Amino acid sequence: MGFEGIGAAVKRKEDARFLAGRGNYVDDINRPGQVYAYIKRSDRPHARLKGIDTRKAAAAPGVLAVYTGADLAADGVGGLPCGWQIHNKDGSPMAEPPHPVLAVGKVRHVGDPVAVVIAETKQQAKDAAELLEIDYEDLPGVAASTDAIKPGAPLVHDDVPGNICYDWHIGDKAAVDAAFARAKHVVKLELTNNRLVPNAMEPRAAIGECDVTGNYTLYTTSQNPHVIRLLMGAFVLHIPEHQLRVIAPDVGGGFGSKIYHYAEEAIVTWAAGKLRRPVKWTAERSESFISDAQGRDHVTTAEMALDEQGNFLALRVSTLANMGAYLSTFATSIPTYLYATLLAGVYKTPAIYAEVKAVFTNTVPVDAYRGAGRPEAAYLLERLVDVIAHDLGFDRIELRRKNFIPPDAFPYQTPVALQYDSGNYQVTLEKALQAADFAGFEERRRQARARGKLRGIGVSTYLEACGIAPSAVAGALGARAGLYEVANVRVNPTGDVTVFTGAHSHGQGHETTFAQVVAERLGISIAQVDVVHGDTGRIPFGMGTYGSRSLAVGGSAIVKALDKIIAKGKRIAAHLLEASVDDIEFKDGKFTVAGTDKSKTFAEIALTAYVPHNYPIEELEPGLEETAFYDPKNFTFPGGCHVCEVEIDIETGTPKVVNFVAVDDIGRVINPMIVEGQVHGGVAQGIGQALLEHAVYDSQGQLLSGSYMDYVMPRADNLPSIHVGTESTLCTHNPLGVKGVGEVGAIGSPPAVINAIVDALRDYGVRHIDMPATAEKIWSIIQAHQPRMAAE
Amino acid sequence: MYDFAYHKPASIADAVALLAGDPEARPLAGGQTLIPVLKQRLNKPSKLIDLSGLGLNRISVSGNALSIGAMTPHATVANSADVQRAIPALAKLAGGIGDNQVRNRGTIGGSLANNDPAACYPAAVLGLGATVVTNKRRIAADDFFQGMFTTALEPGEIITEVVFPLPVEKAAYMKFAQPASRFALVGVFVAKGPAGVRVAVTGAGQNGVFRQREMEAALTARFAPDAIANIKTPPDQLNSDIHGSAEYRSHLITVMAKRAVAAAA
Ligand SMILES: Cc1cc2nc3c(=O)[nH]c(=O)nc-3n(C[C@H](O)[C@H](O)[C@H](O)COP(=O)(O)OP(=O)(O)OC[C@H]3O[C@@H](n4cnc5c(N)ncnc54)[C@H](O)[C@@H]3O)c2cc1C
Repeated sequence: MGFEGIGAAVKRKEDARFLAGRGNYVDDINRPGQVYAYIKRSDRPHARLKGIDTRKAAAAPGVLAVYTGADLAADGVGGLPCGWQIHNKDGSPMAEPPHPVLAVGKVRHVGDPVAVVIAETKQQAKDAAELLEIDYEDLPGVAASTDAIKPGAPLVHDDVPGNICYDWHIGDKAAVDAAFARAKHVVKLELTNNRLVPNAMEPRAAIGECDVTGNYTLYTTSQNPHVIRLLMGAFVLHIPEHQLRVIAPDVGGGFGSKIYHYAEEAIVTWAAGKLRRPVKWTAERSESFISDAQGRDHVTTAEMALDEQGNFLALRVSTLANMGAYLSTFATSIPTYLYATLLAGVYKTPAIYAEVKAVFTNTVPVDAYRGAGRPEAAYLLERLVDVIAHDLGFDRIELRRKNFIPPDAFPYQTPVALQYDSGNYQVTLEKALQAADFAGFEERRRQARARGKLRGIGVSTYLEACGIAPSAVAGALGARAGLYEVANVRVNPTGDVTVFTGAHSHGQGHETTFAQVVAERLGISIAQVDVVHGDTGRIPFGMGTYGSRSLAVGGSAIVKALDKIIAKGKRIAAHLLEASVDDIEFKDGKFTVAGTDKSKTFAEIALTAYVPHNYPIEELEPGLEETAFYDPKNFTFPGGCHVCEVEIDIETGTPKVVNFVAVDDIGRVINPMIVEGQVHGGVAQGIGQALLEHAVYDSQGQLLSGSYMDYVMPRADNLPSIHVGTESTLCTHNPLGVKGVGEVGAIGSPPAVINAIVDALRDYGVRHIDMPATAEKIWSIIQAHQPRMAAE
Repeated sequence: MYDFAYHKPASIADAVALLAGDPEARPLAGGQTLIPVLKQRLNKPSKLIDLSGLGLNRISVSGNALSIGAMTPHATVANSADVQRAIPALAKLAGGIGDNQVRNRGTIGGSLANNDPAACYPAAVLGLGATVVTNKRRIAADDFFQGMFTTALEPGEIITEVVFPLPVEKAAYMKFAQPASRFALVGVFVAKGPAGVRVAVTGAGQNGVFRQREMEAALTARFAPDAIANIKTPPDQLNSDIHGSAEYRSHLITVMAKRAVAAAA
């Protein structure tokens, strides 16, 4: 066995089954007697639901049942809950309109579930759904947040005036106003953060099952099965938690979209109880486009006040956040506590004030998507800094250096609630500039011009926050859940280990990374460690995987449990070795009496714990299994620098990313190969957002980019080879010193790309271009300035 | 997908008879367009008549013609030494359609019968002045394409082969891909051969593929990129959608045509 512990780039254990096509996804699971659900969805953005005649559908071949919102209501099924209550500026709670599992009274977005048909085969369910007679009265719809707040706009929820979910703020308004009043310069930027469709490779799926004793099982594509059990059991279906088991087996990507409790989970579970047959539902890809929660969709005005030398004095931000038609599980927290609290970024801006209006529209609900609020904050800041440099004539790198929080200022308290524990923004900047040969860029620009291309370089020095915590603080801010993580470490009698973790892996490689942490601590090989996740029937509890929290929070819980294992092992060893516990050292898999060669291996101690013949049975229970709950003291704060280089074809406007460097400070690195993979994936999504992806709705709420024929996913040929570097300032408050890497790629990259595009177009009088920066948008800019350039 | 009956006839006569006997029956070639449409339940044929048993997967060159059987997949055309020798631009076009799977299933006959306004083959067939041969007649390219998803084919009529006149002196195809589908946002096929100088544009026109006659005239006079640099296609006849305005498409026609001329020359 080579080195497999912390820092080793070992191959992923889980890939053995994935590469062989042996993954076990929800749709691979088939239960005896299983029937199929087809969900009839609204094809209109906004309409009154005047009646549904289900008779023909119910009489169709193979049909077991047809249910509508009325049937669920009659059975006392509750609405889908929202997990975070935000308060308005005046202290009143946000508007929280009902989110019925199946539409009642109105449909509010294309894709809103209206009825479910359950039949012996998928085909029969789908055939029967065509026989549903739905009487709609179309209503005018509204899709853009900017339109939804206009007087007289159609009301998505009749009792939510102005479509405003909340009007929230953070920061010291008076201090900011005062700083603006005395500022030498004020630079203002209006920008949008484009709406994205998450597009996990595996579409969502769910199977509900109910046995003769009324015990339910739900198999679902979830990032957090315990959260689904809690929400669905307690709020929607009123099934006691001990009678509800939720299993999220292999899950093929989530990016946030599989955090939430979705209607389909409740539908199949409830219907399974009614019919006493397992009920399966699997989304078709076009269904994913209109039923998976989408991401981003901000419209923002940002202003920075500066002094003569370019020191940032104050930042003022006003954002409209599109919630879509209903509040998805964590939707409300994203544009508030995961966005506005990040507006200090890596800068020591002394005063910040942000106000955020969340708005209902006739579109698919919006919630966390890879980065969740932090990409919006990083994009705003890193664009604004470049625009300041452009407008006022500062060097964009010098301006950043001047305003960075210096390395000796940690812990650093920002004016928007967060306290950063560690970081070194200078170092990641310098490393990235070096790796990108920033100094040699002007020569590359010149050479490109000779080839008919405009070349530009862009830099972003971003910051983000992972592992949202601690529970008490989040609770005070409106979170309706705890934010700890749970681990159970079971040492088996022969010394191998099963780890039960509340974190869920759906591409992140936990089965390997977590095993490396255990292997390092216990001095065993990763082959001796099995990581079990995704099953409320096997794992004590857990909050799941999102916000790059798995290692920082879930890994810390494992370490805490391992500490308990080692402490108990020492007591057993002390007994066997006839020494005092205080004299026992544990190192490299051996318990040794300090200063002697008397020792016991980890496996010997494990066996003794389970075969307690010679054992301190009066003081110590047999067995070697420990559970830990870990509630973090703070967020972790990864940050770093991304440098992007683009070339634009002058004739067509087509942009191409030709070089990309990411240097991220993610704390301690457990597996450099997995880190690289996470950064690659994140950067691919970031380049996708910056150049390609866009969920386009018409003004009424019809999704125009509702398939891969129109929604532009990034592909291999859209991406350059990505240089990944890391820098580690350790997290000071968790036992591993880790910060999180799942989202940094998607957070740092979009502003780097757009900064590069704007730099490439610097001779064309442009200071900003909205994402996605398509060939046509760029061409229009080149076009508009052609006459001016010709005249010069 | 709705249920349908499946037939795989062994002769053109049998295929034609099956189609003639049932107006709801549809020919099936590579299925790359038809199967997705069926999966979305946008079409409900009674029967699918699989054309793969008719011996129409073939390529041959005679003195003054290259003929390609209707069931020849794009990958076969792309890799054919005969096509690469006779009309390299055609091989290249076929190699740029879709992805590997699409190229190994999709056929030239299916592409032409479908006449997607953003498809590539129609530009080559029109640009090279080819002839579409069916079970009952020969149709000149100029008469074959009749608007978006519309052709001169009559109900039950089957394309059997496509005949390209030789020798082709110069030809090239330039495609500006729609970024999501990678079909042509604008594709321009430029050729000089037995049918004269032709410029065929796909992806852009409101009525599907069309000839840019002003460019043809300019290139007939002088076959060089700058001969057409100032020729604009009026945007009012062009498509506009979320991937490109009519003005942008108009601009791209000129750029792609210039690049095609440069590549062909
Ligand atoms: C992902 C993807 C990407 C693609 N990208 C491109 C691209 O970049 N450029 C491009 O040009 N195309 C592209 N295509 C379309 C592809 O070229 C298809 O193969 C083609 O449009 C249809 O050919 P087919 O053989 O699959 O026909 P089918 O789908 O089997 O049939 C299409 C239609 O033609 C009829 N038909 C088929 N053969 C005959 C015949 N011999 N006589 C009469 N009627 C017939 C059928 O009844 C049906 O109505 C793409 C397709 C996909 C799925």
